[in-house]
Amino acid sequence: MTLDKLEIGKSAVITKVGGEGALRARLLDMGLIPRTVITAVRRAPMGDPIELRVRGYELTIRLEDAAKIDVEPAEIPKVFSAGCASCGDCCHNKDCKGGK
Amino acid sequence: MVFALVGNQNCGKTTLFNQLTGSNQHVGNFPGVTVESKVGVIRSRKADTVVDLPGIYSLRAYTNEETVTRDFILKNKPDGIINIVDATNIERNLYLSLQLLTMGVPTVIALNMMDEVRGNGGMINIKKLSEALGVCVVPISAAKNEGIDELIERAAEAASKKIMPKVKDFCTVGPVHRCIHSVSHLVEDHAEMMHMAPRFAATKLIEGDEELAEKLGLNANERETIEHAVLEMETEGGLDRMAAIANMRYDFIENACSRTVIHSAETKEHKRSAAIDRVLTGKYTALPVFFGVMLLVFWLTFGLIGQPISDLLASGIDALIAATDSALTDFGLNPVAKSLVVDGVLSGVGSVLSFLPLIVVLFFFLSVLEDTGYMARVAFVTDRMLRKIGLSGRSVVPMLIGFGCSVPAIMATRTLTSERDRKLSAMLVPFMSCSAKLPIYAVFTAAFFPNHGALVMMALYLLGIIIGVLVARFSGAFVFRGTAMPFVMELPNYRFPSAKSVLLLMKDKAWDFIRKAFTVILVASVAIWFLQTFDVRLNVVSHGEGSMLAAIGRFLAPLFIPLGFADWRISTALITGLTAKEAVVSTLAVLMGTTVSELPLVLMNSADVFTTASACAFLVFTLLYTPCVAAIATLRREFSSRLGALGVVIFQCSVAWICAFIVYRIALLF
Repeated sequence: MTLDKLEIGKSAVITKVGGEGALRARLLDMGLIPRTVITAVRRAPMGDPIELRVRGYELTIRLEDAAKIDVEPAEIPKVFSAGCASCGDCCHNKDCKGGK
Repeated sequence: MVFALVGNQNCGKTTLFNQLTGSNQHVGNFPGVTVESKVGVIRSRKADTVVDLPGIYSLRAYTNEETVTRDFILKNKPDGIINIVDATNIERNLYLSLQLLTMGVPTVIALNMMDEVRGNGGMINIKKLSEALGVCVVPISAAKNEGIDELIERAAEAASKKIMPKVKDFCTVGPVHRCIHSVSHLVEDHAEMMHMAPRFAATKLIEGDEELAEKLGLNANERETIEHAVLEMETEGGLDRMAAIANMRYDFIENACSRTVIHSAETKEHKRSAAIDRVLTGKYTALPVFFGVMLLVFWLTFGLIGQPISDLLASGIDALIAATDSALTDFGLNPVAKSLVVDGVLSGVGSVLSFLPLIVVLFFFLSVLEDTGYMARVAFVTDRMLRKIGLSGRSVVPMLIGFGCSVPAIMATRTLTSERDRKLSAMLVPFMSCSAKLPIYAVFTAAFFPNHGALVMMALYLLGIIIGVLVARFSGAFVFRGTAMPFVMELPNYRFPSAKSVLLLMKDKAWDFIRKAFTVILVASVAIWFLQTFDVRLNVVSHGEGSMLAAIGRFLAPLFIPLGFADWRISTALITGLTAKEAVVSTLAVLMGTTVSELPLVLMNSADVFTTASACAFLVFTLLYTPCVAAIATLRREFSSRLGALGVVIFQCSVAWICAFIVYRIALLF
């Protein structure tokens, strides 16, 4: 699946970043690299571009560019996806006492 | 000592710069640099300066801003780097830091917005983070002016004692590690000859930086060896060169952060932002809100606030002119010399000053919109519309301001992140019909379309936009080819703007305009006065008819025969429109021997001067022809070349002529 197809509110894991030149460099620099978890937040009123959440911040990219990024759907609950306060990981377990 | 201030966009860099320097700052002039950087004297250390470099995310040489920063560090060799990092967004911010740390310059990291992290229950172990990164990390809050003194002290210490970053390896054992090490070994001599850190050079070469390979003077053999090492890395690691290096950096950062950073749960700043965004970027609310905000800014700038100040200034200038006039008359000064002072110099000064309130008030609003983070949302919301003409959503605001006044609109293109977008937008702004053209439209619609005035005006505005779009598509394809900047943009949390930053920006813009435009406008105003006052034999003329300006008007008049208005009085009026568009009607009124309020009636009854068809052509011509000198001066500033600005003027006049011609021919059919 490509990132432009990711449903709003759903998360996925990046598997491959395509594109070339300045665009690709920019995507990688902004932290869109394989294994990164990414969430689709919303579409612009005219349907394009889209807002994404990645590495704890919001980013907007155009659909045509998002189509160059391959993702794999990930089962991540809809909670805010920063690290867990106890274990520092994205474990999303409210009762986490540390560890996994 | 000289310090370079480097950091991402939206990380509080400008706020920190203002805290470090107070108001003691000026625009730096670095050779060959089109992106401006400010230089300021550090408040507590008068001998030291800090250079505010453009906000960037990486040190690849893909954008002008990245090149500027990189070249500044490599060529100007600052004594130290102050790298500002947004603690609430630490992973992505450290990505740039890792690149800076390989450059072999004493560096200190200013960890900004620590108050926000702590306030939300997060924690960052500063000591451990310092160890992991191998440089001193100082927690600060630029907005609250906390930790700044310690930051300066640490930076000065690092710079004076030449304390280099201690960690050089950001790779763990593996293919990337091997590749970096063999390449940096290979290029060590070349790099050292250029006074460049070998590790920095190696990483950039592996990323595929052709320019750097050229600069280092690598021979074919060495290049091949590097390519071979890269190929080996790619096959072993499974990631291509660009991704492999980015991956290495983020791996290191994730690792370092997992040991030193305890993320807070969702911060209240983010919650607030998300709530605001539901309205400001919501499906049904975004566009109405955007147009509402723009209308409000417009109304406040050109109406409620700007107009009274402009009027006040104008009446002040008028009073000054009247006082000078009578004083010089009493003194018995030669009437011509008096006229030079009053009609030439003082009216020129007056027209410069009349722009100032608009610029100051408008930039107040623009900097508030920018600093709060709304401008990024505007780009997000409007991108779809502007993409079709080869621009991105960021250009929408300068375009809209163009409907008020081209001068601040062209100045506002400065905030665009790519040079191509900046130039293209600056060139398009004059096609948005500015408010100074309204008096012209008003006179002509009153004379020739008394019942359809509003309709004709709307058609004119629309035509300007359409021509602008066509020009954008055309020049986007042929003139400003360069690759468009990728539209990959951060949407920062909404923040309260800092009064200091806003005020400093207003002051900057006002000074910038005065410095750049004052001479040009003054010279133009005196030149027009000269041409209006004397005939070709330098005798003072009593009526406008004999003046040099009229002679030029007569000379140019035949150019307008195909457009249907060949009267010399019209071409003369058009020339005076150069100083300010309003001058077109006032000059025409004088030359027709009437007043501005009577002008519509006179025009209506002089069929030899204008027909309805030629009036249409004239309106289209005034809509599109050369912007006023103030706008030209601003364009020259943005294009940083006289030729570029002159090119725009000639281009616009040609476009205006062609469009007016077409309109005239069509109008004749009815």
